Amino acid sequence: MGNFYTDNEGLKFHLRHDLMEEIVRLKERDYADKDKYDFAPENYEDAVDSYEKVLEIIGEISSDVLYENAKDVDAEGPRIEENAIIYAKGTQKNHDALKNAGVYGLSLPRQYGGLNFSYVPYVMAAEIVSRVDCGFANIWGLQDCAETIYEFASEEIKNEYLPRINKGDTCSMDLTEPDAGSDLQAVRLKATYDEAAGVWRLNGVKRFITNGDADIKLVLARSEEGTLDGRGLSYFVYDRANKAVTVRRIENKLGIKGSPTAELVFNNAPAQLVGDRKLGLIKYVMSLMNGARLGVGAQSVGLAEAAYREAVKYAHEREQFGKPIADFAQVYEMIGNMRAKTDAIRTLLYETARQVDMCKSLEAISRERKITPEEKQLLKSYSRLADALTPMLKLFSSEYANQITYDCIQVHGGSGFMKDYACERFYRDARILTIYEGTSQLQVVAAIKGVTSGVYAARIKEYEAVEVGGELATMRQTLISLRERYEAVVESAKERLGTAGEAFDFVSRRLVEMAGYLIMCNLLVNDSAKEESFTKSARLMTKLAQSEIEKAAIYVENFDPAILEDYKKML
Amino acid sequence: MSLKIVVLAKQVPDTRNVGKDAMTEEGTVNRAALPAIFNPEDLNALEMALHIKDTVPQTEVYVLTMGPVRAGEIIRQSLYRGADGGYVISDRKVAGSDTLATSYTISQGVKKLGKVDLVLAGRQAIDGDTAQVGPQTAEKLEMPQITYAEEVLYVDDKKIRIKRRLERGVEEVECAYPCMVTVGSSAPECRYAIAKQVMKYKNAMTEAEAAEMNLDCTEMFAKKPYLKIGLWNAADIEAEDSRLGLSGSPTKVKKIENVVLTAKESVNVEATEEGLDNLVKELIASHIIG
Repeated sequence: MGNFYTDNEGLKFHLRHDLMEEIVRLKERDYADKDKYDFAPENYEDAVDSYEKVLEIIGEISSDVLYENAKDVDAEGPRIEENAIIYAKGTQKNHDALKNAGVYGLSLPRQYGGLNFSYVPYVMAAEIVSRVDCGFANIWGLQDCAETIYEFASEEIKNEYLPRINKGDTCSMDLTEPDAGSDLQAVRLKATYDEAAGVWRLNGVKRFITNGDADIKLVLARSEEGTLDGRGLSYFVYDRANKAVTVRRIENKLGIKGSPTAELVFNNAPAQLVGDRKLGLIKYVMSLMNGARLGVGAQSVGLAEAAYREAVKYAHEREQFGKPIADFAQVYEMIGNMRAKTDAIRTLLYETARQVDMCKSLEAISRERKITPEEKQLLKSYSRLADALTPMLKLFSSEYANQITYDCIQVHGGSGFMKDYACERFYRDARILTIYEGTSQLQVVAAIKGVTSGVYAARIKEYEAVEVGGELATMRQTLISLRERYEAVVESAKERLGTAGEAFDFVSRRLVEMAGYLIMCNLLVNDSAKEESFTKSARLMTKLAQSEIEKAAIYVENFDPAILEDYKKML
Repeated sequence: MSLKIVVLAKQVPDTRNVGKDAMTEEGTVNRAALPAIFNPEDLNALEMALHIKDTVPQTEVYVLTMGPVRAGEIIRQSLYRGADGGYVISDRKVAGSDTLATSYTISQGVKKLGKVDLVLAGRQAIDGDTAQVGPQTAEKLEMPQITYAEEVLYVDDKKIRIKRRLERGVEEVECAYPCMVTVGSSAPECRYAIAKQVMKYKNAMTEAEAAEMNLDCTEMFAKKPYLKIGLWNAADIEAEDSRLGLSGSPTKVKKIENVVLTAKESVNVEATEEGLDNLVKELIASHIIG
């Protein structure tokens, strides 16, 4: 049938971004593996060609296998049998097909059985899978855990666990507990060192654990008795083969039904420490979480792409008043905005992925050898940008995926409300995206630093420095004056409200969103300079940004903190 | 002990997407007008071979194809899925072969591979639909043949037991090596390409393909010999010229006709037990079903 990679020009465009040559060179350490492995690339062209060929395999399996199974997986869902989670039949088939094609462990180094792909094509694979089955994307995406093991665990643990990923062992990251959700500092699951056995023992309960019965689990637990905050938490790896975890229940969810969400009881479960004690939350989980947030970005873009395609197809087929509904202004406005928003969050997704890609390689190199002062400087700037863009991506992509799947149903009218069309599944699947891996509200908390420190404004000015011609230059001028407006509003808010109190918290989402529009629009304008077909989306988004930024500016400029009292009285 | 399996595969025009230019004036297939694909049932045969390779240790799977230079793609597709190697028989002399000449050519190719335990092939190709090449090849190789295979029930390094899918049921047969098996579309579908294999073999080609693209692959073939796909001409397989191509093909296409199916009359069937019963009886009587 089709191929969900080759039919997507947006993916091909971003795979050939100018920064990719440097990204791939770093990831491949100047192509050092070329004589060691028969499948390692010899140069940049060779590497990108391999990326494309492997993405084609994933695109083919997604379109042939995942697509065929998606509806049944949603209806069947997973179940518990003899303390084990049994996936829906289709989920298992999806996993087996991808496993047999050898595409798990995409970004892991070759010595651990991986393909050593850079992060950008790995994110693309996640986007492709998400376009078909947003829930399955979790099972696929949790191979991210291998990244954490690779980055922080001992050589012994790496050798024990990492080669299993390419062979299809699944992963989970066990963080949340009944009383520790957004606030992970409150984690209570206890880790005690068993001197006699020479292992750590885990005891306690974890809740809402995605793919909870995975083969390899990364568990956040309290290793320092008597502590109450994040500094008493360490990170552990647990092997399912030990059979010391009980699956107490699987949640019955609104969406992503193929992805099992479990409540687990750890019964003296043997585990190994990952990295150093006490760094569990403050270092390792934070790193894993950034990856997971980017993963939600990929899920959101994939789902948005699917919803746009369904909507546009239906709008051409469905006729009312003697013509296809696609010909009505109010309908094509919805569809055009869906396309523009999808292009906007996709360009933000790969912009973020590129920064993370550079960081990951530079960090890995810094563990292999002493890096030069220039490299250190590079790492610092990419890392600052990655940290700033990740919450922005998570916020916008997940909110847009919800708007786009909502509009997808709207385009379908009454039919969209029925179970007969895929759009109702998209709509349900989208709902979790603004919640898990940090709610939209928490993304604002993370992103507001980029507003007050000026990181976003500085980056936007870098985008503005890219020369564009013709109509794009006009759009750029509009965006420059909007950026000036944004900076003025931020400055006056800082001055008037201070940045420490509730009043500033209250307006911070509006400020973050203003920056977000400017970033996405400038990226789209710069993309359009290279690929003309993005111009439509750039134009639509710039118009949208203009009104949204003005709306937010008016609200913030006229904001009187006294109104907070009214809000509080309504509680 | 190890097994040596040869899979016969054909590159065919994708007749599922036939346009008006599908046939030439002479009544042969216009290959230029149709995309070239791996014959679907040959993929089932390849899967069966790879399944046996997964089951019996040290099994080697080779793919043999006959066709124009671009048929090298069939070998690459096979290498991507896990085959150990492949050969293309390509020679102007084999052009225009009917099933007799084709099976002769193929059997000479199989003989060149030395001792072969098992030859697998798709039941038939979607361009000719004859289902003759497999059985004829088996005759020329003097191998017993199992046709219409659906499933491998048992296999070791001495014998194979196969479930055959027949018109009115299934049959289980067992055969010692060497033997030939033709595989139908009800057999398991072929696995997908494997990432590391694709990256390893993506530049594999025959010398003829390299020449067509004006590439000098001497250095690459010397450094990575596995990237050189075997290429044989008529002389390489020690074939007699008189038995090849058009001169070796007694079958002559006399005339090609376009058949356009149109509805001429309709029958109304009562939606009752009796009405349906009569319809089914009529369909059986006219050999449409049953």
